[in-house]
Amino acid sequence: MSMHSFVARFSSSAADPLSLSLQSRNATQADDEDAGIPIELWGSQAGFGSLASQGGHSFAVPKVPNPAEFLRMHTDEHEGKIKIQHGTTCLAFRFKGGVIVAVDSRASAGSYIASGTVKKVLEINKYLLGTMAGGGADCQYWETYLGIQCRLHELRNGERMSVAAASKYLANLVYGYKGMGLSMATMICGWDKSGPAVYYVDSDGTRMKGDVFSVGSGSTFAYGVLDQGYKWDLSDEEAQELGRRSIYAAGHRDAYTGNTVNLYHVRENGWEFINNYDISKLHYEGPGGITSEGYGYSVRTAEQTSRSAENDAMQEVEGDLV
Amino acid sequence: MAQQRSFNPYTENGGTILAIAGADFAVVAGDTRQTEGYSIQTRYAPKVFRLTDKAVLAVNGFAADGNMFVKKVKQRLEWYKHAHSKDMPLQSIARLIQTMLYAKRFFPYYVYNILGGIDEQGKGAVYSFDPVGSYERETCRAAGAAQSLVQPFLDNQIYFKNQTGEHPTHLPLPHVLQLVTDSFTGATERHIEVGDGLEMFVILARGRGSQELEGVAGIREVTTSDERERVFVINRDLKRD
Repeated sequence: MSMHSFVARFSSSAADPLSLSLQSRNATQADDEDAGIPIELWGSQAGFGSLASQGGHSFAVPKVPNPAEFLRMHTDEHEGKIKIQHGTTCLAFRFKGGVIVAVDSRASAGSYIASGTVKKVLEINKYLLGTMAGGGADCQYWETYLGIQCRLHELRNGERMSVAAASKYLANLVYGYKGMGLSMATMICGWDKSGPAVYYVDSDGTRMKGDVFSVGSGSTFAYGVLDQGYKWDLSDEEAQELGRRSIYAAGHRDAYTGNTVNLYHVRENGWEFINNYDISKLHYEGPGGITSEGYGYSVRTAEQTSRSAENDAMQEVEGDLV
Repeated sequence: MAQQRSFNPYTENGGTILAIAGADFAVVAGDTRQTEGYSIQTRYAPKVFRLTDKAVLAVNGFAADGNMFVKKVKQRLEWYKHAHSKDMPLQSIARLIQTMLYAKRFFPYYVYNILGGIDEQGKGAVYSFDPVGSYERETCRAAGAAQSLVQPFLDNQIYFKNQTGEHPTHLPLPHVLQLVTDSFTGATERHIEVGDGLEMFVILARGRGSQELEGVAGIREVTTSDERERVFVINRDLKRD
């Protein structure tokens, strides 16, 4: 391919977010994911590569009066149907040292734990992170696409896209699919000219700027710890501990949250992956190095539990009466 | 009164698939029974397919969608080979599968995919997918009807979950093959949709010896050159009741 046609393909905004729509929304064709790919682009233009030449995403749609209703019938909580990942806890907060992002790693399908090693922090680029809640594929796919658009913006304008712009791009994009069954709730976190920034974006079209966010089924548990310990002047170590401790709390009390914590810190020169922590280990041993005690409250209640020898004897007596 | 009808193009065809990554090999396996409800439609319907000399794909769920999906992936890999004169790297196949599944986000392929093979560094790799393209690289993964029977066994024997003491970092190939066989005989005993036959694909990294596979019952090689990655298939019987 000549340099000229390469430049032509990418020099203007080929995929205008506002014009993105289901190409086959009112078409009768049900299966066209590789229709319209020119012969010379075979093989090399798979997946995202066809976006520039086709000018937008093309999705197959079932030949039914209401495709969204069809999708709902065959996904969601209908038993025996296609299961999409639900249940999670993600948090992000701004403080003087940047942004802390902490998430759990559990994926559940109903009551089954489908995976305990999910990467719920999506590395959009060196300066941008997105968290994953809701449909795993929706988050992975659209945040990868956002990464592509951020890079094109950088090439076209000679400067990085701001966190505000990136989050708005994503919000407008998913708003175009409103009511069609996308499921995502994400925090777009980064550092731009204005400093550290966190935006909450979801598939309803909500977009909010804020200092502290927690998302998912365990978010209330995380907020409990987070709000208690949050202040702007946290040191880096204190802030990381707060993020880790908050996800631990959610993992401990929410059945849909658990396995491990992934901790990230965004500073002026990009994000850094801090570590991965086993939530059970945090309970008994703590994160190691920083505190020597476990996060569990047994260290503070020593012999004073309902399971002390005295109470055991009491329960045996009660058991005999039943 | 008008009757309400709905369009239902999906069925569930049972069966189980599984993949394990080793240091310089990968094993991808599936049973060969295909069911609908309590009926056995066939005792030999392959669910594991060789894509390239270093990539093998297992599909489970709705068999018609699965077969169509594999056909389309193979077609895209052939186009890639014509355009670039080489096989697509494993991580790229994984991303291709994501975008192909997501292209049907609003009319999904009802299939769970597991991709196994050798990555660009010559290491064993396994990628697992949900029906709409969410994916992750792992060391081992079971999917399908007996997923909840097999995965805990693998967690214990591969990741040494809930075991104390020292553990080896990488398991030798014969040991992995034994774990795969045991997973399927176990699932066959306890799940009605699993059985009839077991088909195991073994992918060996470039230059890796194949002595451990000599004399293995029911084995045949499906690649022709020992200069590159090699793929072997092992067929075993499972109980047919």
